[in-house]
Amino acid sequence: MNLHLKVWRQRNSETKGRLVDYEARNIPEDCSFLEMLDLVNQDLLSRGDEPIAFDHDCREGICGMCSLTINGVPHGPSETTTCQLYMRKFKDGETIYIEPFRAGAFPLLRDLAVNRSAFDRIQQAGGFVSAHVGAAQDGNAILVPKTDADRAMEAAACIGCGACVAACPNASAMLFVGAKVTHLASLPQGQPERERRVLAMVKRMDEEGFGNCSNYLECEAVCPAEIPATVIGQLNRDYSVALVKDTL
Amino acid sequence: MSLKLDSKIPSGPLEQKWERHKFESKLINPANKRKFEVIVVGTGLAGASAAATLGELGYKVTAFCFQDSPRRAHSIAAQGGINAAKNYQNDGDSVHRLFYDTIKGGDFRAREANVHRLAEVSVSIIDHCVALGVPFAREYGGLLDNRSFGGAQVSRTFYARGQTGQQLLLGAYSALNRQIAAGSVQMHSRMEMLDVVLVDGHAKGIVTRNLVTGEIKSWAADCVIMATGGYGNVFYLSTNAKGSNVTATFRAYRRGAAFANPCYTQIHPTCIPVAGDHQSKLTLMSESLRNDARVWVPKNKGDSRPPSQIPDSERDYYLERKYPSFGNLAPRDISSRSAKEVCDEGRGVGPGGLGVYLDFADSIKRLGELKIRERYGNLFDMYHQITGENAYQMPMRIFPAVHYTMGGLWVDYNLMSNIPGLFVLGEANFSDHGANRLGASALMQGLADGYFVIPYTIGNYLAPENGKRPTTDHPAFKQTEADVRAQINRFLAIKGKRSVESFHRELGLLMWDHCGMARSEKSLTRALNRIPALRQEFWENANIPGDNESLNVSLEQAGRVADFLDFGELMCLDALKRNESCGGHFREEYQTPEGEAQRDDEHFAHVAAWEYQGENTAPVRHVEPLIYENVKLATRSYK
Repeated sequence: MNLHLKVWRQRNSETKGRLVDYEARNIPEDCSFLEMLDLVNQDLLSRGDEPIAFDHDCREGICGMCSLTINGVPHGPSETTTCQLYMRKFKDGETIYIEPFRAGAFPLLRDLAVNRSAFDRIQQAGGFVSAHVGAAQDGNAILVPKTDADRAMEAAACIGCGACVAACPNASAMLFVGAKVTHLASLPQGQPERERRVLAMVKRMDEEGFGNCSNYLECEAVCPAEIPATVIGQLNRDYSVALVKDTL
Repeated sequence: MSLKLDSKIPSGPLEQKWERHKFESKLINPANKRKFEVIVVGTGLAGASAAATLGELGYKVTAFCFQDSPRRAHSIAAQGGINAAKNYQNDGDSVHRLFYDTIKGGDFRAREANVHRLAEVSVSIIDHCVALGVPFAREYGGLLDNRSFGGAQVSRTFYARGQTGQQLLLGAYSALNRQIAAGSVQMHSRMEMLDVVLVDGHAKGIVTRNLVTGEIKSWAADCVIMATGGYGNVFYLSTNAKGSNVTATFRAYRRGAAFANPCYTQIHPTCIPVAGDHQSKLTLMSESLRNDARVWVPKNKGDSRPPSQIPDSERDYYLERKYPSFGNLAPRDISSRSAKEVCDEGRGVGPGGLGVYLDFADSIKRLGELKIRERYGNLFDMYHQITGENAYQMPMRIFPAVHYTMGGLWVDYNLMSNIPGLFVLGEANFSDHGANRLGASALMQGLADGYFVIPYTIGNYLAPENGKRPTTDHPAFKQTEADVRAQINRFLAIKGKRSVESFHRELGLLMWDHCGMARSEKSLTRALNRIPALRQEFWENANIPGDNESLNVSLEQAGRVADFLDFGELMCLDALKRNESCGGHFREEYQTPEGEAQRDDEHFAHVAAWEYQGENTAPVRHVEPLIYENVKLATRSYK
């Protein structure tokens, strides 16, 4: 198949970017979206141009490094990540817009690659259980009902890609933060630090410049890990409780 | 300089070696720990757990990863699970059985003492990960659930759906984050280690390149830990992440670290087959699927009927036929070779005949689709995304693919290489899996090394080194930095016509054809003749545009591919000199009449560790004999 691409090119955060037209020719249907970009890059190289920079690593939908806003939608028309999007989802002759994940808290590095280290800093604020190595009791000494374990797992599946932020008109990170808060709040191990955690993570989230949730639910729609928006409800509830207790 | 391979295995009975070693290891008091600086390169399971644990103990840790966040490391992609000798299922498991299964699974080419330690600490790993909040699968009563994996007849594998690696890595990442917040670990992402710095023969720092700005920088420390993963991407197509590379370990090798058993490569039996020339990587379907699936091909050559129209009597469930007691759970090397065998006979399925069926029909009939969806839903979804086929209705097509590398930098019992102060953890070292790794053992080893081994053994090196840390003003740092800059300038000066990627693809194909699932003297000799020519072409004609001072993907790739071109040669050489078949190393000349691997214990019950001798000079092969005092060397049988 042949495709017309409009790709965001920007040398670095200091310079201005723009959409550049490229033709992707003879692309097999079984090719992934990133493999299509690989082919375009090979073509650019052969013409003496610099290839399009984009983030990617595992290419099996789990590391969360690939991004791309495709035709206005983070991860495009895939049910998972961009790396798991296959060209059979597109039509021959189609025009495809390829842009970075856009958000104030994700500064652009080059072309389609952005800096998502704000996510790391939110996790550093409280996304953990303070258990030091060597101190743990037997794994089976902590009983976790299967339903709770399943709920924790559902939230813990977040891959930290940032599509939720890129999709949200407010650039809110509440699905991301809610996922970690819900994961640990669902388990007995997460209880001792539950209130401290939610306050610290939300504070950091605000400081990083992410917006708040106003229930557009675009985040849930694009999330490749199928994190449900109910985690935002959990986040709000835990935050309110913690805030009240903290004020008292 | 003659290289000494002293494994430093403690004396005494196998079961007491680790206890005794821990007692005899040097301690550093809490106030003094603050004076030591430790560099950790790589933040996968081994690196993240080591950095977090050392930070927690009070050491000043600086950690590096080339990805945009430590959470992206490729440990995250491990699907099936993690082994531990908990015996929660009351099915006869024990530390000794896990030890024995691992030694046997490795085809008797691993150190007894290391493997026994691994089995011992396996139980603590589960406890610690539970405490960190890793959401392992549970039974209705709230207890931890287990499943079976290849090469074992007990259920000792703990799992978190099909995303065990992800959950364990995120657990280690959370522990790392806690230390970053506490100020004991400094984390640097998008930073690639390009060389290790030796001061008076000791590893005392590294040189990195900032992948965004191109800045070349020196970092000094009291010791360096490398947890930089395996080298499977030498084959270009593998289940590794695109960024996985051999650069860190290979550059340490060029500085004098011995590289052990580079020919030991694991070809995983259950991956999605190659679809075309555009393909950039291969995707694994977890081995855990083999718990509920049957592997088969048509009995007749060239049977092109759709699978549903081939009656049971005309199917060959070849693993069940050849290995009745382990059946579909035969170890990876054996399952992969069997798949190759039936495909070579012309009975393979799918495009090009390079595939076999992995069929869930019987399990779906027995357990219902819902149960199968609950167990493996994400894998079926992934399969559907990639192939467009629904595996609930028709069997999956699978084929073996490069997955893991058992070889790596040589380390002693303390996990220190032959370069004092250079420690190597996880897949990057060679120590625990012998010639073949069992499923669910990589996660176990990575976390064992990081959480439970290095925190004890690092003191043996550091205690006497107090106050000896150089600064980056030392001439050794200036020289290493200059070497790194010179290489980058050399890349940028080539200005050739052919893309780095195309060199990588050509090397990968060459390695797969000549040093893949089966090797022979003939194929290896041919590869050794062809690699130097490819390398020469690379240095004359590689197209590496742009400059150093920006995010330059071609330049990053160039460094990694240049190292793969050198490393591929070392791998072939090692495979050529190991005149036997064992585990993942199958030499066509050495097989039993039934086509099984034929070891030569008399001549090859040893580790081969290679010492670099400079460019255009053949490396020297050193030998560490493997001494078996507790297990009897036996022909590995899964029949």
